[in-house]
Amino acid sequence: MTPVIQASQLSIDYKLGKGWANVINDVTLGVEPLEIHGLVGESGSGKSTLALALMNYLADNARISNGEVLLDGSNLIGKSADEMRKIWGHDLNLVPQDPLASLNPSYTIGNQIAEITRLHEGLPRREAWNRAVEMLRQVKIADPEDVVKRYPHQLSGGMQQRVTIAMALSTQPRLLVLDEPTTALDVTTQAIILDLFRELIHDNQAAAVYVSHDLGTVAQLCDRVTVLYAGEVMETADVHELFAQPLHPYTAGLLASLPRLTEGTETRLFTIEGIAPSLTERPPACVFEPRCPVALDICAQEKPPLEAVDGTGRRVRCHRWQEIRSGELEMQIMPQGEVTSAPPRRNQILKAEHINKRFGEVTLFDRLLRRDPSYVHAVDDASVSIQARSTLGLVGESGSGKTTLARCIVALNEADSGDIELCEMHISNKLKERSQETLRNLRMVFQNPNDALNPYQPVRQALERPLRLLSDPKLSEQEISQRVVDLLEAVRLTPEYAHRYPSELSGGEKQRIAIARAFAANPALVVADEPTSSLDVSVQAVILNLLKDLRAQHGASYLLISHDLDVIAYLADWIAVMYLGEIVEEGETMDVYDPPWHPYTEALLSAIPIPDPTQRQGAIRLEGEIPSARNIPHGCRFHTRCPRKIGDICEQQEPPWRDAGNGHFIRCHIPIDELIELQSGATNAQANEGNR
Amino acid sequence: MTTGQTSAESSGTPPSSTQSTSSFSPLAIARQLVRYPLPLIGTCIVVLFILLAFIGPMISPYRFDELIPGALSQPPSLEHYFGTDRLSRDVFSRVLWGAREVIIIPGVATFIAVAIGTILGLALGYFGGWIDEIISRGLDSLLAIPALVLALVMLGTIGPSRIGIIIVIVLLYVPIVTRVIRSATLNIRASGYIEAARLRGESTAYILFREILPGVLPALAVEAALRFSYAIFLTASLGFLGLGVQPPSPDWGRMVAEARQNFSRSPWELWFPAGAIALLVIAVNLMADGLRRIFRYEGQMR
Repeated sequence: MTPVIQASQLSIDYKLGKGWANVINDVTLGVEPLEIHGLVGESGSGKSTLALALMNYLADNARISNGEVLLDGSNLIGKSADEMRKIWGHDLNLVPQDPLASLNPSYTIGNQIAEITRLHEGLPRREAWNRAVEMLRQVKIADPEDVVKRYPHQLSGGMQQRVTIAMALSTQPRLLVLDEPTTALDVTTQAIILDLFRELIHDNQAAAVYVSHDLGTVAQLCDRVTVLYAGEVMETADVHELFAQPLHPYTAGLLASLPRLTEGTETRLFTIEGIAPSLTERPPACVFEPRCPVALDICAQEKPPLEAVDGTGRRVRCHRWQEIRSGELEMQIMPQGEVTSAPPRRNQILKAEHINKRFGEVTLFDRLLRRDPSYVHAVDDASVSIQARSTLGLVGESGSGKTTLARCIVALNEADSGDIELCEMHISNKLKERSQETLRNLRMVFQNPNDALNPYQPVRQALERPLRLLSDPKLSEQEISQRVVDLLEAVRLTPEYAHRYPSELSGGEKQRIAIARAFAANPALVVADEPTSSLDVSVQAVILNLLKDLRAQHGASYLLISHDLDVIAYLADWIAVMYLGEIVEEGETMDVYDPPWHPYTEALLSAIPIPDPTQRQGAIRLEGEIPSARNIPHGCRFHTRCPRKIGDICEQQEPPWRDAGNGHFIRCHIPIDELIELQSGATNAQANEGNR
Repeated sequence: MTTGQTSAESSGTPPSSTQSTSSFSPLAIARQLVRYPLPLIGTCIVVLFILLAFIGPMISPYRFDELIPGALSQPPSLEHYFGTDRLSRDVFSRVLWGAREVIIIPGVATFIAVAIGTILGLALGYFGGWIDEIISRGLDSLLAIPALVLALVMLGTIGPSRIGIIIVIVLLYVPIVTRVIRSATLNIRASGYIEAARLRGESTAYILFREILPGVLPALAVEAALRFSYAIFLTASLGFLGLGVQPPSPDWGRMVAEARQNFSRSPWELWFPAGAIALLVIAVNLMADGLRRIFRYEGQMR
């Protein structure tokens, strides 16, 4: 088959100061008709640049220094913007990462979709409008006649992304470029969007390039995969072959660094040492050699060619791929060293009961005019407890109130009501009233490492302050300096990092400093709010291992917040699932990951993209978005989206807590026995589907 | 923005600036200054003027009120660089002496306004709440009064004096500085590092002055320089209207006003004080622009 698009020996540079930095080096890539081709790599690998280059749509500060891109045999490189405008939006379409930024806020959805067909196919206004409605129906938007008349800001994130998909498909393009289209979405919405891609790309006889850092979605969606590292192709293969036996050490390392549901909590993740090379200091021979666990002398001297493996079209750029394939080379990618953490002690480190928090914008004018402010009920009567030396994972979609609950516990937000006990002592809901001892025992790691550290203070100061303020007994200057060095070592950084400023650190390094800061004064409980959500896969593995090690060394407990169930499974002993400010299920990790589940937990688990193409993700999808916390549904909060709703009782009565044994509780109207029956049936069906 | 692994979400954006090697590198700032020399020139002129404000009276050939016999309305010459005025006083000496008035009064006033505005802005931005709402609205209403009207009314009531001018400038500029600092503080307040400081029990003063203040310094420096240039302008305008420093002490604004009546006979009497005002204001503005460039450049680095 002739490929739809074929890039040959493509090299791209970005302007950097006065010179040029090479970001894509000698990449050859073809996408066959009907194929969904995954481009995988970590940030800085050049995957987005490459995808945009396939559309000849590069930024002004980029240049193509070599190579060609053929679309149906004609070279796109060198075409003028005028010529390209006939091809963009017609043959080549983009589904962007951030849908809101790419929809025009001042036109209706209908106008924006109709504009494309009017422009490229010369359809009259009326017909183009009807086509727009038809396209919205294709992307499964309910009530498309109404949605076409709306403006982008009136739609939820998932709906906006469906609109951009409808736009991209409305001209029956030859190639779609999907640039991290689900990164900004919740896992439940992501699952729906992936289903849409799977169905629509084939229906429309298109080919697609799917750019992502998420190996799970790649495994679920793509037919072929190309792995990029530092702007070079490391490996390109059929998705089944790639995931079954990666032939490049980098691919193998990436796959091994993923936390998986099935692994126990006693293992460590594989980590790729070091960091990706900067644009200006590309290793001369094999670009992966400095981080490669199996590098030889030749790897630093001679650049490996991109060699073909058999006749399957599989290619790999490594000197040792044959050894890897035959199994002669045993790569140390299996989890290194076991973490034996002491078993949880039965005494409770934290007990937070009946926490309530509502936000209302009560302005002075509201008071003067005696207006009724509308409240957002962020947390509603939630109770959690954490045992000493254990980890509680708090899971839920965005808007579920999990972050607010954590912030109430550390008192960054003051809970409206509720009792908090730390180390079996009652503590105040107000930060100002908490003792130094409480502050020392209860520390936090923030979600965004980029603003967790003051850009005007060196690392040393970030680590010293908690030592000075909270250490008990007071430390001498010498002891403080020593502790700073110890802390840096504990997070695997050298002492010279103490003098650096945050702008000189990578994202992962910043997060390590933030973790060191949290552990500075030997806390009893560390609250970690999405500690890895903005980090790359290989960096995430480092941070997760670190959190695990520190827990074992310091005997601390964690309250871990994440939307990523794999991350939670890796670290947590106990899980609480939150929905719309309420906890709907809690229990030991192993119990929560097996039936019976709360229908919401079931849907969350079903939506996880499994990084294994032989296993299909679950079939249960949640329609719609999480309702607004201003208008919480009556009865069971989940009834508006629940796939297992049993009737009026769900709308009218609050569900009871049902005991599934072993401390596993589910808040649902369906009795435990029936849940088990319903859900084990579902898992069997899934398993069958996977086997097919 | 450092290369490599910043955030998984922001991948694919082309690198926007060169790599940073150090945060507060004087070398980088120096390089900026060489690349855009105008701010440096502006700064040099400002420094020169400030120097003159202090040593001017020492190096001037005459006193500001010295009447030179036989030198009535003479054009610029080697003896009298800027010529003499209608009362046979040396214009060059008067401009030199006047530098003191026109730099020290706005300088002191700007300093007080910026100090009050910074503390107020930090506090309002950090604490928020209804006190912030009341004070901010109050300051907004002060902003609604035209500057000259307020100055005329104030000075007309309490009588023109140095202290009067300083009070007027402070009243006019505190709301403006407060607003700038308050909004910069609001941005920083939500950062993780401020929350981390609260969680380890830092005092409010530490958070305001050690954690937040460095972050608002760029905005503060640019704003202070701009305010200074406007204060010079306002002082000169008040002098021109006769509400500035009273005669016989020299004031560039009043010199311009007086020279106006004499313009057809001795235009140099007007040229030099007016030129001095213009040069100083332009120079301060160039300096402010330079500060903005440097800080924006610094901002890209982080």
